[in-house]
Amino acid sequence: MSDPALVVETRGITRILQEAVPVTLVRDIELRVTRGEFVSITGPSGSGKSSLLYLLGLLDVPTAGEVLIDGQPTGGLTADDLAAIRLAKLGFVFQFHFLLPEFTVLQNVMLPMQRLGVLSEEKMQSRGLQLLADLDMADQARKRPDQLSGGQRQRVAIARALANDPLVILADEPTGNLDTKNSEIVQDIFGRLVREQGRTVIAVTHEEAFARTTGRNVHLVDGRIEKDVKR
Amino acid sequence: MFWRVALSIAFAQLANRRRQTLVSVLGVSLGVGFFIATSSIMSGSEQDFTQRLVDNAPHITIKDEFRHPATQPVFVTYPQGAISLLRTKPREYLRGIKNYGAKVEELTQRPGVIAEAALTGQVIVRYANKDVSASVAGIDPDKEKFLTQVESDMLEGSLDRLRTTADGIVIGSGMSEKLGLKMDDLATVVTPSGLVKRMKIVGIFHAGNLLLDEGQTYVLLKNAQVLLDKPFIANQIRIKIPNPDDAETFAASLENRWGYRSESWQEVNRDLLGLFIIRNAITYSIVSAIMIVAAFGIFNIISTVVMEKRRDIAIMMSMGFRGFDIQAIFLIQGVLVGILGMLLGWTIGLGLLELVSMVKFTVPGMTKQQGFVLDRSFRPYAIGGTFALVSAVAAAWYPARKAAQVKPVDIIRGAA
Repeated sequence: MSDPALVVETRGITRILQEAVPVTLVRDIELRVTRGEFVSITGPSGSGKSSLLYLLGLLDVPTAGEVLIDGQPTGGLTADDLAAIRLAKLGFVFQFHFLLPEFTVLQNVMLPMQRLGVLSEEKMQSRGLQLLADLDMADQARKRPDQLSGGQRQRVAIARALANDPLVILADEPTGNLDTKNSEIVQDIFGRLVREQGRTVIAVTHEEAFARTTGRNVHLVDGRIEKDVKR
Repeated sequence: MFWRVALSIAFAQLANRRRQTLVSVLGVSLGVGFFIATSSIMSGSEQDFTQRLVDNAPHITIKDEFRHPATQPVFVTYPQGAISLLRTKPREYLRGIKNYGAKVEELTQRPGVIAEAALTGQVIVRYANKDVSASVAGIDPDKEKFLTQVESDMLEGSLDRLRTTADGIVIGSGMSEKLGLKMDDLATVVTPSGLVKRMKIVGIFHAGNLLLDEGQTYVLLKNAQVLLDKPFIANQIRIKIPNPDDAETFAASLENRWGYRSESWQEVNRDLLGLFIIRNAITYSIVSAIMIVAAFGIFNIISTVVMEKRRDIAIMMSMGFRGFDIQAIFLIQGVLVGILGMLLGWTIGLGLLELVSMVKFTVPGMTKQQGFVLDRSFRPYAIGGTFALVSAVAAAWYPARKAAQVKPVDIIRGAA
């Protein structure tokens, strides 16, 4: 029986890119993340930290081993099944905001909810506005992404990641494209999400300062876990 | 719910590239519009032409001939016989339809059917030292009026005057010009049997068909019987029926019953009707070419959108959109272009038809045609519309499929 508090678990996952010369991205990763943890993944560039995050987020499929989300094994699932899990249980924040330029901020935040199709349109709207208000973005709801600053866009992206109340938020260099001030704001938001709402966050970063604010640091070197430190 | 999301994304992406969308919509709509215009001109003229064929000649002509040579009695009696008779001489029979009066009578009993016994033959019309060979048809003026257009094609005189004038003859305008014959002139008619008769011109018609105008003459049936030396004989029964489309089956049943060769108007004009099939094939292939070009326009815009939207596709997939969802979003864009193109195309087609209907001209040889005859039915619109939608879906299919196969990791990794 797996621990119910365990939200993400890997069993010896290895990912090898089959190219002219096979490239091993990550090897034999054993990782268990429990509810409410704030995990940072660090390591030198090319150490496979983003690749590991994509594997945890079911965006990529391991060559060997298995990823379990919420105790559910994902090996052998179809692309559509994986998409359904991503939709309901995972939220992504990337280095670039990736907001849809044709839609307003609010519409962007509502998009995952609309795809899930559980709430009524009014409930989606009020939830979207609430998420934006939590991040101090309520007054920007009707603007389009290109009318916002980089920091503001990243906050919208975080709100969008929270749209379907995910089990885990996966962030890939969320501060990588921001200035110091905005970087701090975003770090602070992640910290608050964990402390105040008990959310689980796994963030890839190369910034030592960001990694220090997290409760647990996983350090990768050459695709293997070198250190796994809880603070 | 999903479809609303997909539709709103598709709409937004199209609306964002208004000019490109407009160009591809225009491509489709021009295709649809021209298709509607050409196909209603083509099918209108086909219907008009067919109408002429139907109106200008009897629907069915029974002739005093048989389709197959008579079988020897011995073969009828012993169909499986081992004996073969060679060089038998077929029995000579008197030409003409036996008992034609009773047959005409019986046919006329049917509701809406007009039947007329006629005798046709060859004569030479001679006037002022000039000869013209001509067909002569011995007819009944009361019935001929309904069977063909001669009566309404009359320039001078009338068919009825055949009855009021002794030895009257109706000739065509071509013959009148060629021989210099005018109304009430006396022409000499010479028959193959050597009979010479002076006949009075009581009518001149102009059918717009050179063959008829130069070579067809009409006299009373009994005069023809005298002229051609075939007393009490008719070699044709000409029939008009209420629905011309039934002519083929009705002719077959008559032939089956009486044995005489019965030709429907379709059989006589088989070559012309076949020409229409070729003409339609040409029309459709030209219009298909226009639509294929338009489809490439749609393919182009959807491909461009897919290329430019790879990031958006990647983020939607990471959010949890399935490949199918992504494919649907781009297919919808193709369908939207198709629908817009179809609607605009209908308007263009309608406008083109209005323009075309204003064009007036006369075709040499065809006296009555004044401009295009158009088929104003809904059919070309339905076909053009279907064509637009089908080509839109077909054109969007490939790029939409490509979009569904995007690997989000490749895009996100590349962007980072």
